[in-house]
Amino acid sequence: MHLLRRLALLVPLLLVISLLAFVLVRLAPGGPFDRERKPASPEIERALLARYHLDEPVWQQYLRFLSGLACGDFGASLKYRNHTVTDVIAQGLPVSLTLGALAFSFALGVGVPAGVFAAVRRGQRSEYAVSFLTLLAVCVPAFVVGPILVMTFAVQGRLFPVALWQGPLHAVLPTVSLGLYFAGKIARLMREGMIQTLALPFIQTARAKGVSETALLFRHAFRLAVLPVVSYSGPLLADLLTGSFVVENLFQIPGLGVFMVNSALSRDYPMVVGLVLLYAVILLVLNLLVDLSYRKLDPRVTAWKP
Amino acid sequence: METVSPNRLAWQRFCQNRAALGSGIYLSTLVLVLLVWPLLTAQAPDATSDTQFAAPNGLHWFGTDVHGRDLLTRVVYGARISLLVGAVGAGVSLVIGVLWGAFAGYIGGRCDSVLMRIVDVLYALPSIIFVIVLMTTLQGVFDRLKAAGWSGQGTATLQLLALFAGLGAVSWLTMARIVRGQVLSLRTRPFIEASRALGASHVRILSRHILPNVAGVVIVYLALTVPAVVLYESFLSYLGLGIQPPQASLGSLIAEGATQINPIRVYWWMILCPAGALATTLLALNCLGDGLRDALDPQAGPRRSAD
Repeated sequence: MHLLRRLALLVPLLLVISLLAFVLVRLAPGGPFDRERKPASPEIERALLARYHLDEPVWQQYLRFLSGLACGDFGASLKYRNHTVTDVIAQGLPVSLTLGALAFSFALGVGVPAGVFAAVRRGQRSEYAVSFLTLLAVCVPAFVVGPILVMTFAVQGRLFPVALWQGPLHAVLPTVSLGLYFAGKIARLMREGMIQTLALPFIQTARAKGVSETALLFRHAFRLAVLPVVSYSGPLLADLLTGSFVVENLFQIPGLGVFMVNSALSRDYPMVVGLVLLYAVILLVLNLLVDLSYRKLDPRVTAWKP
Repeated sequence: METVSPNRLAWQRFCQNRAALGSGIYLSTLVLVLLVWPLLTAQAPDATSDTQFAAPNGLHWFGTDVHGRDLLTRVVYGARISLLVGAVGAGVSLVIGVLWGAFAGYIGGRCDSVLMRIVDVLYALPSIIFVIVLMTTLQGVFDRLKAAGWSGQGTATLQLLALFAGLGAVSWLTMARIVRGQVLSLRTRPFIEASRALGASHVRILSRHILPNVAGVVIVYLALTVPAVVLYESFLSYLGLGIQPPQASLGSLIAEGATQINPIRVYWWMILCPAGALATTLLALNCLGDGLRDALDPQAGPRRSAD
């Protein structure tokens, strides 16, 4: 019941977001046809605008967009002629999804163990080393890690290809450069969560009744300690899927991140609105999933009574 | 026994945290050096020379770039802009976030839910779209100003202001949520009720009782917002939306270095030097933020110094 209500609430939220994106891109100066055919005659320009219904008032355009959306049609791209926005998404989304999923697994695979390790070895020399490395990871953005990795492992070391998206080897450097920042962030959240959980009374109780340290850590504490990581992974995944612009740009990967930035820069109105909606849907659905999994992981969350 | 005030205790905890203290000292020295740098050397950041792509040496400590400009000078001026943008951007986000959150939490009811739904909507909108639209809109205005006979200096300053506004405008959301949550729980406390019973006005309650109580949390989050804004600015400059050449920030310097990667010759200093400057600065800012959090809120993260 609650789930249904949450799902129903998504619809007006998405409508507002689409309206906002729709109006915002049109507010920016310049139009989609500014850069090409500079000395276009006014007639051509008028015909182009009429062809894409850009000469109508904005509210009419929005209604037209909504009626298209009802049939699952985002409209035609103004920049990539002969392509609809749905085409572009269908081509780019699988690539971005793969890259995002790889980077997410990398971030979890590195970040969670590092965080648990740092929490268990608190105050020891090895903890300082791990904590410093995770902090460093948060301080070097993808556009620093990427070029450095390319320089050392691709240009000098010749271990991995420099760019493109063709095989498993091609995915290694982009995955690391995209995932490293998030690995550091997850490790820090995990460490914090673990330290806080280990200080709770129920851990003492478990220890008193003779639970082994390993079981204590992984069966009792982990469930609660991972909650901050879970709640962070919703926005993180959405960021990975769309915010991979730098990495996609650097490695010439045909994903969606490039379209997200370029469409806004070149005023490709339908593309911007389509991608913003996609991003919003992904983010909102992921947040919903996070809320649901919270309930599974933490029995204390009793706010929902189905 | 002498009683120790909470502020004093916090200061003591902060001083015991060596990483945070060291970062604080490092950052203040850095700011000082960045401020007096133009007085120490006469070298202009955009002075070109004939030695292109010189590796780091005694004359050019960080090497030179494609136009033979001294990279150390460029990094210093870039760091100045990056830090300035970080501080002012975080300040803008502080003002918007605190006002928004405080009003939503204090007034409550329908006003609260409307204000917070707006925050929800903005959360779900990719911030990069927002910034691009804002920056390009303002860019159009600047071009018109330039055409109207404004000096280059004036428009460059205005561009920087636009960058502050843009970065602040996208980073206040979490601040608003945090402040609203705090105010919501403070509002029902007995001392607020007592103050209201004594006839204090809403403005007085907000400014004298609620905001001072939120200050600790706000300072901590502000300290962590500065590195986030610096990072975001360098990302924007990397995209070419932030600082416009010939001015440079650390992000645009890194972007410049990244374009020089080729299989024939590796100009490693063009990436590593600005990246190193960015990383150490962010590292220090984050350490400082963590230290402040642990010092001001002992419950948030029991730290070595506490146990």
